[in-house]
Amino acid sequence: MTELLHQLASGLALGGVYAITALALVMIFQATQLVNFAQGEMAMFSTYLAWAMLQNGWSYWTAFATAVVLSFVGGVAVERLVVRPFAHAPILASVIVFIGLSFIFNALAGFFFGYSVQSFDTPFDGRPWFGNKFMSAHESGSVLVSLIVLALVYLFFRFTPLGLAMRAAAQNPTSARLVGVRVGWMLALGWGLAAAIGAVAGMMAAPIVYLDPNMMGGILLYAFAGAVLGGIDNPWGAVVGGFTVGVAENLLGAYVVGEEVKLSVALVIIIGVLVAKPSGLFGRRIVARV
Amino acid sequence: MAARLLWSLAFVFAAVAPLFMSGYHLYQFAQVLIYAIALLGLNLLTGFNGQLSLGHGAFFALGGYGAAILIVKLGLPYWAAIPIAGAACFVAGFLFGFPALHFGGLYLALATFALAVATPQMLAYKRLDFLTGGSQGVQVPKPGPLFGLPMTVDQSVFWLCLAVAVVLFVIAGNLIRGRVGRAIVAIRDHPIAAESMGVDAALYKTVCFGISALYAGIAGGLDAVAVGFVSPESFGLALSLAFLVGIVIGGLASIPGVLFGAVFIEFVPNWADQLTVYFGENAKALPGAVYGLMMIAMMAVAPMGIAGLLRSLARARVFRKLERWSGARLLAAPPRLNED
Repeated sequence: MTELLHQLASGLALGGVYAITALALVMIFQATQLVNFAQGEMAMFSTYLAWAMLQNGWSYWTAFATAVVLSFVGGVAVERLVVRPFAHAPILASVIVFIGLSFIFNALAGFFFGYSVQSFDTPFDGRPWFGNKFMSAHESGSVLVSLIVLALVYLFFRFTPLGLAMRAAAQNPTSARLVGVRVGWMLALGWGLAAAIGAVAGMMAAPIVYLDPNMMGGILLYAFAGAVLGGIDNPWGAVVGGFTVGVAENLLGAYVVGEEVKLSVALVIIIGVLVAKPSGLFGRRIVARV
Repeated sequence: MAARLLWSLAFVFAAVAPLFMSGYHLYQFAQVLIYAIALLGLNLLTGFNGQLSLGHGAFFALGGYGAAILIVKLGLPYWAAIPIAGAACFVAGFLFGFPALHFGGLYLALATFALAVATPQMLAYKRLDFLTGGSQGVQVPKPGPLFGLPMTVDQSVFWLCLAVAVVLFVIAGNLIRGRVGRAIVAIRDHPIAAESMGVDAALYKTVCFGISALYAGIAGGLDAVAVGFVSPESFGLALSLAFLVGIVIGGLASIPGVLFGAVFIEFVPNWADQLTVYFGENAKALPGAVYGLMMIAMMAVAPMGIAGLLRSLARARVFRKLERWSGARLLAAPPRLNED
């Protein structure tokens, strides 16, 4: 029983990371109907930036905040410089550009920071919280940070004029433009936000999976599975899906399929959901007019 | 006419090359041919039929492991093992094509991405250790001389790959030029119009997936024989994405283009290795950087790859003059990429 609760708890910790990564994917999907295949590598690169600052003796939260801000700026820049020119290209071309981007971020990290695996600090070290037996301090802290990110994103989109403008730009670009929303910049801001959220996800995941240029491969896959499970056009669905996938992956890995083929769980979830219910648990069914 | 002449010349050149080349270079060019076959398979699916696959490394792996197991465990000769492994890949691709019918562009990319990431773990699955050798992989004996003629191992591997590649290229060329080719291109460009013209889109798409996997599987089988072993790490996401890079660089929806793509993905990592002298160990990053930059640059300036560039060259005035003067069409008319 203790073992089961322990597995459940570490599933929740990584589930939080999957949930916010999935949320970042959904934000970009809602605005552009595209999935950013470079999301994982961008997050990995942000994490390396934080790592470099920590190596230079910065305090954790300074490095954390700086990495998030830099990632935001980087995300905006990527949208303006690389993604924008392909706004009207076919899906195939966009996916190829995203894959190209992920190659570039992977190469940059490898070139500047090397390919050896690094450990990454956590601000939540020390004894488990509230004297519980199931969750390490970092796991609890990671869940907390994920929840804070979710709350902030919710408050931002629900209660600020900028958030409202961004939702309008995503849902109906033409009308939004008519009432004076600068749709292009809203998209760029969306990319910035997604990159910033990715940075948080990377920094929460790195103490668990360790830091190396390929660390986000598995995480991105689980985030895809979470987003597909919850419905790729629904932010809340993505969050629920992300947590579910985290727990499912851990429990199935520990008790059913074995640790060493855990990634297949994501494959099965993705294909299963797409076959049985393509809109996911909470997504809107898309009806195409012929 | 001229195109056929060029092809024949290239073939003769390739056929006699093993007599003059060193063993290592031959091995590299055998790899180019193997990649070209796999890229041709991927291009039939992605370039011509418009189904985006980020996971063709999985079918390559299935072909490689299938051939290796048939050769080592069942003692089959490689000329029997590789086609059987290819047939298994056809079935696997055909079956994967069924759920793929419902996916639509982006979702298919997601599903195949998942397939690519999960492949190495599935290959190392413990319960299949007795077949796959777990994370150690399987050693495959190198083929002996073809037809008992005196030749080195590298020569026989190269000629084997060349023979298979020629056959598969001719088949693909005929397929694309004929009724089937028109149907799969029509499905890519306008699925609804194609169906209302009586094209059975579901059938063509699944069969196309199967044929594409067959090509990848045969390439994988040849690769197992050429390299001499298969192991899970060689079939990861990197391989699948390298295939995508190959068809993008060579030219989407182009058959000769895959040769350029294959040369690119075989030699760029090699050249980067030589730069280790200047950049140290981190030079490992260079192929990735080149891949990424080239992919984005290609999409921006030459969405039809090197083959497309050559075709636009063909439309240049000099070339037309040359054509008029020689009275022959040097290059085929350009196909179109789906623009919606």
